[in-house]
Amino acid sequence: MAHWRSAGRRGRFVTGVPMFSGFMVNTWIVTSMVAVVAAVVGFFVVARGTAFAAHALPFSAFPGAAMAHVLGIDDFLGLGVFAALGVLTIAGLGRHARRDVATALCVMLLLGTGALFLSMTTEYSQEVYALLFGQVLGVPSAALLPVSALGAAAIAITLMLSRPLLLGVASTELVKASGVSPQLMELAFLAVLALATVATLPVVGALLVFSLMVGPASAARALASSPVFAVLLSVLFAVVTAWSSIILSYYSDWPMGFFVGAFAALWYMASRLILDRGVRL
Amino acid sequence: MSRGHEVLTVDGVSVSFPGREVLRRVTFSLGAGEFCGLVGTNGSGKTTLLRAILGFVRPQAGAVTFVGAGVGRSVGYVPQKISLDPYMPLRARDLVALGFEGGRLGLPLPSADRRRRVSAMLSAVDATGFADQRIGNLSGGQQQRVLIAHALIRQPNLLLLDEPLANLDLRSTAEIVRLLSRIASENRIAVLLSTHDMNPLLPIMDRIVYLANGKAATGAVEDVVRTEVLSRLYGYHIDVVRVHDRVLVVAAESEREGQEEIARAPAHVAEIP
Amino acid sequence: MRRPTWRRFPDSPMKLLDMIFHPGFFSSQPVHTALIVGGGAAIVSGIVGVFAVIRGQSFAGHSLADISSAGGSASFLLGVNPLLGFVVMALFGGAGMEIFGVKQVRERDLVTGVVTGAGLGFSALLLYLTVSTTSIHGAAITVMFGSMFAISRAIMPLALAIGVGSLLLVALLYRPLLLTSLDSDLARVQGLNIRLIEMLFLMMLALAVSLSAITVGAILSTGLLIGPPATALRLVNRPGQAMILAPVVGLAATWGGILLAYDSYGWTGGHSWPVSFCIVALVFLFYVASSLPWRTGDQPAAAVDS
Repeated sequence: MAHWRSAGRRGRFVTGVPMFSGFMVNTWIVTSMVAVVAAVVGFFVVARGTAFAAHALPFSAFPGAAMAHVLGIDDFLGLGVFAALGVLTIAGLGRHARRDVATALCVMLLLGTGALFLSMTTEYSQEVYALLFGQVLGVPSAALLPVSALGAAAIAITLMLSRPLLLGVASTELVKASGVSPQLMELAFLAVLALATVATLPVVGALLVFSLMVGPASAARALASSPVFAVLLSVLFAVVTAWSSIILSYYSDWPMGFFVGAFAALWYMASRLILDRGVRL
Repeated sequence: MSRGHEVLTVDGVSVSFPGREVLRRVTFSLGAGEFCGLVGTNGSGKTTLLRAILGFVRPQAGAVTFVGAGVGRSVGYVPQKISLDPYMPLRARDLVALGFEGGRLGLPLPSADRRRRVSAMLSAVDATGFADQRIGNLSGGQQQRVLIAHALIRQPNLLLLDEPLANLDLRSTAEIVRLLSRIASENRIAVLLSTHDMNPLLPIMDRIVYLANGKAATGAVEDVVRTEVLSRLYGYHIDVVRVHDRVLVVAAESEREGQEEIARAPAHVAEIP
Repeated sequence: MRRPTWRRFPDSPMKLLDMIFHPGFFSSQPVHTALIVGGGAAIVSGIVGVFAVIRGQSFAGHSLADISSAGGSASFLLGVNPLLGFVVMALFGGAGMEIFGVKQVRERDLVTGVVTGAGLGFSALLLYLTVSTTSIHGAAITVMFGSMFAISRAIMPLALAIGVGSLLLVALLYRPLLLTSLDSDLARVQGLNIRLIEMLFLMMLALAVSLSAITVGAILSTGLLIGPPATALRLVNRPGQAMILAPVVGLAATWGGILLAYDSYGWTGGHSWPVSFCIVALVFLFYVASSLPWRTGDQPAAAVDS
């Protein structure tokens, strides 16, 4: 149950498995949930401009899954521990002055540790591939509970904090004036990012978590002026992205991460075109 | 007022950005060794004018000419401030050295001549005391001096400064003004210095370019800084008040008074479009 | 391989040397190649990296490295020199960054992240195709985390060319790069073409990144690019001095890492640690050591967090 990604599956669909069979139903459900979580959190990442942290967290969390394999514990547990380490690093060191170097080096060390753990597993190359680029075949029902729990927690906290988070986009002074600590908000949002990362990483892989969060959300923010509308659009675009990636991956056998990355880039390009031409809804 | 040959001529320069006309047919000229204040409130176009003179901004109309620049001398520029990253591993001395060799290709070889020139320049601006400190650690006034040294080390015949006094305390302001005046007259350098407060410059200014509404009034200080002239420039009544040695420019309350003042501007001030 | 008897206290200098350099280290061909290529990468990354850190372009370096991974992956598929794949992709990526560059920091981070994601996705595809159409094993590892002991000697001429080329560029553009890092207006007044210099710097960055990608892998290459320079900048006061110290630190980390990885085979009973982990760990240790408040002297004043 703990290592549902082992046994050499890399995103190749077993021939003869219909796309909506019982085997695949879990894939559809989990991927859709992951898309929703990524979209909601991603909207705030784009709005608040925390691209650096959102990019660094999956890299920090990835070694956790590798460690989990080596130690024989649950993937999500390992991911959670390392994601927490990542949050502490980013919150503690930050990005001011020369500190982005310090943060980057800490993330590098965590990543290196991941390489070390992976070298201790038996299916080194395949594990690396799956953790980095994700795989979608045969998501077992055992993953359903952790993913939905983490995802629900991430969304719930985000929605609860949505007003100070949005206010903070405009000005930290305003947030302080309303009686909330901006540092606390920053930390809370990092925690939310960590939850979303842990939920999303096993499916799309460490390297594409950021793309799924940010691509659809950037197109949404270009089209919609109201935050509520923008979040709904983000979710719509993300789910469309996820479903299209599953279908395309199913028929071509190409890895899902490739489609996610490509779609995210397309969404972003669309958002720039719209923004530079001034279309608004 | 010294009337050496013209070093800088700005002729009918107009600059607009999308939706905004920033400068409208600004015309003035500067002679060698003249000290000119470019005065105006925030947003009046001072920085745009300086950038147009430097060639960073292309004017929609008009021309900027440097006379005597072909003799191999150049324009020195002192921006308001530069990045204050305390981690930047450059000392004040290094910044001044880059003033005359920043564009040279290849690795810098140790040179006694360069060291001498840099030290001489640093002492000319009274910066020897902090020459070996990182530029990120310098105070506002100290940084201004180093930037001035950087601009002057190539011996330009024209020096442009963008609001050098804006973030300085009173004492540093007085020191920088004295320094600039001394250097300008000793070396026959024309100086154009932008500011929103003309008072620190009153003792040393030879002429003034006063910017308002994108238009400029130029001439001697006593000819330009007058109620009639400034009212015409602003388009509503302005009072110019002199208190001891200081000048205050104050907007009036009633509009009707303004219309009468505007008609009475003296003729020998440069034409206000 | 004979297990070294390191449990007993060494009773001669030769035994001590044997403890540090396990048998076969100096005669091993792969080790030679690793030391040379790794050493070159450390030197180039150290020097170019000083500018990257000063100019605050470490995220760009990271992105270039991830983008170049697509080139590395493609090289396996096409059967060409992996260094060639890395460097070509990195150069294209650098050119693209300059042409489509965005000025505001927030938006720039977003674009960089999205482009990096797309590049990595492309890598995923190429690696998959490699596995399914060729008989090559472990391409993902080699591209992402490097396989230093498996580097082919055939890449050495190209590595040499890249190394020498980037160092020549740095020497040529030393002063213009310093001036543009300070303030672009000051540089323009002296007649420098800002865009050209930025473009050339990104090219230099691409060359350095490709060399470090082939040693420690695409994902970890930023560690070699910014770690030793950041360490050096904490210790010295002038950029020139930093560009001498950074390669030294980088060499120490790289060669030390190679040695550690080689020796670990004996310590762990036949299962050695990845070289890239050892190198990155040393880079990190050196950085931490330089950040400790043990030295007096000219330290930068505390940064004001605004």
